[in-house]
Amino acid sequence: MLSPINVSIESLNLMTLAPMLIPIIGALLIIVIDLFKSEQDKTLYVMLSLLILGVDFVALVDSAGLFLDNGTITGVFDMMLIDGLAILSQFIIVGASMLFIPLALTHKRFHEFSYPEFFALFLFMIAGFQFMVATDNLILIFVGLETASLALYTLIAMHNRDKSFEAAVKYFTMGALAAGFFSFGSMVFYALTGSVEINQIAAVLEANNYADIGFVLVGVVFLLASFGFKLSMVPFHTWTPDVYEGSSAALAGYMSIVPKIAAFIVAMRLFEFLIHSGVVWLEVILYMGVVMTMTMANIWALVQTDVKRMLAYSSISHAGFVMAAILIGTTQSNSALFLYWILFSFTNLGSFSMLWISRQKNLPAHQQSDHSYDKFAGMVKTSPVAASIMALFMLSLAGLPPFALFWGKLYMLSAAVSSGYTVLALIMALNSAIAGYYYLKLIVYMFMKDPVVENNGHVYSANATLPLKTIIGFAAIGTIFAFIAVNQLLEFVTLFVYNSGY
Amino acid sequence: MLDHILSILIFFPALAAILGFVVNKNSIRSYGVAVATVEFLLALWLWFAFDSNVSGMQFMEQIALVPAFGINYIVGVDGISLFIIILAAFFTMIGIASLGEMKDIKNLIITLLFLQMTMVGVFVALDAIVFYLFWELSLVPMLYIIGAWGGPLRIYASVKFFLYTFTGSLVMLVGMLFMAYFYHQATGDWSFALLDWYRLILPESFQNWLFVAFFFGFAIKVPMFPFHTWLPYAHGQAPTIGSVILAAILLKMGTYAFIRFSLPLFPDASVYFMYPIAVLAIIMIIYTAMVAYAQKDIKQVVAYSSVSHMGVIILGTFALNVEGITGSIFLMIAHGVVSGALFFLVGVIYDRRHTKLMSEFGGLASVMPRYATIFGIMLMASVGLPLTINFVGEFLSLLGFYKQSHILTLLAGTAIIVGAIYMLSAYKKMFFGVVTKDENRNLPDVNKKELFALIPLTVITIWLGVYPKPLLEPINKSVEGIVTLMHEKSISEEAKLRIPNINKDMGLITKSSGEAH
Repeated sequence: MLSPINVSIESLNLMTLAPMLIPIIGALLIIVIDLFKSEQDKTLYVMLSLLILGVDFVALVDSAGLFLDNGTITGVFDMMLIDGLAILSQFIIVGASMLFIPLALTHKRFHEFSYPEFFALFLFMIAGFQFMVATDNLILIFVGLETASLALYTLIAMHNRDKSFEAAVKYFTMGALAAGFFSFGSMVFYALTGSVEINQIAAVLEANNYADIGFVLVGVVFLLASFGFKLSMVPFHTWTPDVYEGSSAALAGYMSIVPKIAAFIVAMRLFEFLIHSGVVWLEVILYMGVVMTMTMANIWALVQTDVKRMLAYSSISHAGFVMAAILIGTTQSNSALFLYWILFSFTNLGSFSMLWISRQKNLPAHQQSDHSYDKFAGMVKTSPVAASIMALFMLSLAGLPPFALFWGKLYMLSAAVSSGYTVLALIMALNSAIAGYYYLKLIVYMFMKDPVVENNGHVYSANATLPLKTIIGFAAIGTIFAFIAVNQLLEFVTLFVYNSGY
Repeated sequence: MLDHILSILIFFPALAAILGFVVNKNSIRSYGVAVATVEFLLALWLWFAFDSNVSGMQFMEQIALVPAFGINYIVGVDGISLFIIILAAFFTMIGIASLGEMKDIKNLIITLLFLQMTMVGVFVALDAIVFYLFWELSLVPMLYIIGAWGGPLRIYASVKFFLYTFTGSLVMLVGMLFMAYFYHQATGDWSFALLDWYRLILPESFQNWLFVAFFFGFAIKVPMFPFHTWLPYAHGQAPTIGSVILAAILLKMGTYAFIRFSLPLFPDASVYFMYPIAVLAIIMIIYTAMVAYAQKDIKQVVAYSSVSHMGVIILGTFALNVEGITGSIFLMIAHGVVSGALFFLVGVIYDRRHTKLMSEFGGLASVMPRYATIFGIMLMASVGLPLTINFVGEFLSLLGFYKQSHILTLLAGTAIIVGAIYMLSAYKKMFFGVVTKDENRNLPDVNKKELFALIPLTVITIWLGVYPKPLLEPINKSVEGIVTLMHEKSISEEAKLRIPNINKDMGLITKSSGEAH
């Protein structure tokens, strides 16, 4: 006779869902507001989203406190897994979103921000990413990933330009393929181990000593390809520059940070146990992937004539750099990943915002693309402050001390050196040198060349408003004074990573 | 205030540069001179307060920066760095004071003040990461100076300068991280503090690898053959002030770093690589001297002669004994003064004629007698005439290396004769004979502003050539400390043999420095 299923509410630990439910409720709220009174101004939705994200952030602080007291928390039939990785990545996701959303308050009117759906979708997307990182259940990861991705495709398309549609469709097809790969890979693992929980899979594989190594590798290949797409690792990166070019600069900056950290977390949960299980083949593949992503993206970035495309390739290269952390797989490298990504989000969002405030509605005749290098020629003569800030972000991206990203690079290189990946460390260092060239190219244009056409500098801040300037100022201050905060950040990050056993 | 004098020396120019944005552009020149003078006086005060009987670090400060990873802001000064700091302050001062009419002079002066911060920072930093920070940061102002105020190929030259050095220093950074990792392995703590690293004795094979990693960073900066190709471009395109600072101070960062990092950290590797590096240095001396002889452009002559003399500095450093290292440090200062002055002099004639080709001149001695005199003195100093500043340094460097290898020293000695040839022939082409070009007949002689820069340099050149003791004594003291450390740390038999035990043959040093006086 079947015994009655007895589940107490306490054992479900529904509080683990709180950080994800907040943006979902917020999104529903926005839709409801639109139902009752439509044609509201975008400022309402921006501020509402900001408030909701603020509440979400506080909820995260709470769960961080719980984690520090009680260790890893599971809930909802062990579907939810709130460990240090989940909390840190959610901090990055929500924090970067809070920096992003005020960028909607532009001077010029843009189509997408007049729809409340934009903001609702945005919040749904955040919830999706949060689900993705706060679980080790492959199915929930998949659901989170798809929720977020579908929302993101729509956000891109709402920019309402020819190139945006192209970008959205391209991203969608590529994303669909990646989703297919992901489900196929998960299926293989389920068939092998009878579980969709990553820790169960690891345990079962460990127990039978990787007897079916062939099938494991098949599964790994599919999952690797799927994450290759999401992380835009070479050779699965081809969509990235086109999609970044098609979406608005602000959204492109956002895409270079948030979806990737979510994918990094899943990759970390999934691949680290596989690499350390002695599957040499996987280590080699990942090693090659990391080196190729860094190097090839850098070389492509060298020849770009458009700053936004250059930044797109540079983001790929940075992702490759950080992917090295997963290959190395020590506590130090995993902490380095978070440190790097926190500092990177400041800098990269800052530099994309600089492009965003110089966004023109119509393309002048002498310019081939929205943000061609020529446009920035002689910028220091007409708007010296903006040029200096842009140069600051470029120097930081190049890894020049004492600016933000240098500390991330330093710690990541140290992680590589400490675990015996000397050659990798050297390749990473030399790649930073190659990258130096294209960041420098923009500085050369801004500071050392003469303007192509006379302008009064208005073009560089055509789209600027006080909120946008505030965000940029925030990013700039974070970039310059990172050295003060690095110690606290490092200790904080290491504490969380170490306590979750990575 | 003396407790924090080094931090003041570093950050005063930076703060002044930031405030300089507010100063009106008609008054910026006076502002720059005033700030640089205060900085120079502070540097002199540092010298005054400096205790030359102490061989270790003085005026040390320590502030935690990233304690979790062992990065601290540690600064200190000893006899090795003291005079380079004073030199940096001095050159910034006379450099700003003698600036001619230029576009965007406000940006230039602010950039120079930032550059000064990084220069002082490099020479006082005692933490590898802080050192790296200032080392890298010094590239940015120089990039801007060359790229914005340089000649027609300025962008190519500035980017080449930046990327070369940047690449080398990233390799060095990996070396530094390795060093910190070894320290972590040995003690369980992370530390980037140089004085902590000094206590670490590494196995020979690790020493060799790390030596090579650091070598890339330093050798590109010096620049050593075959990494020297960026320098003629940088000098050729840079404005006068850029060349002056580059030759006088920035190049010294590389040779200084050899003495501060490579020698005491890797004594065995230093011995192991002594001959290869000496050979490179001698190739550098002879080859660049010959290239200098083939130049048509007077600035390129000075640039290549500058590289050639850097070779002697390297040779002295890798003599690995007190005479050689003391000599090389003294020669760094001498080279700074002399090649800085020569670049100034080239700038003087360039301002008047807007050409640097020697064939455009001739017979200048009769038109510009004062200019010809100062040029002559500096040229003699550059050649290494006794009783000038360069002679003391070159003599000690070569004397030091003579103890390691007679043949190589002899080769280096002949190269100095080649130096005399190209310098004298350049002088002949420019100053002697009859005035052939009409444009040259009515050139005005050096004016007051230029004399403000040139007279002090001339005085220093002769004063320190005749009486180098005030500098040699503190330098010698600190170098003895380093050589003792190297001797004690070295593992291999050969290293013990090559690096002298000071406590034993103390008498020799006092004798040799006596000769130099």
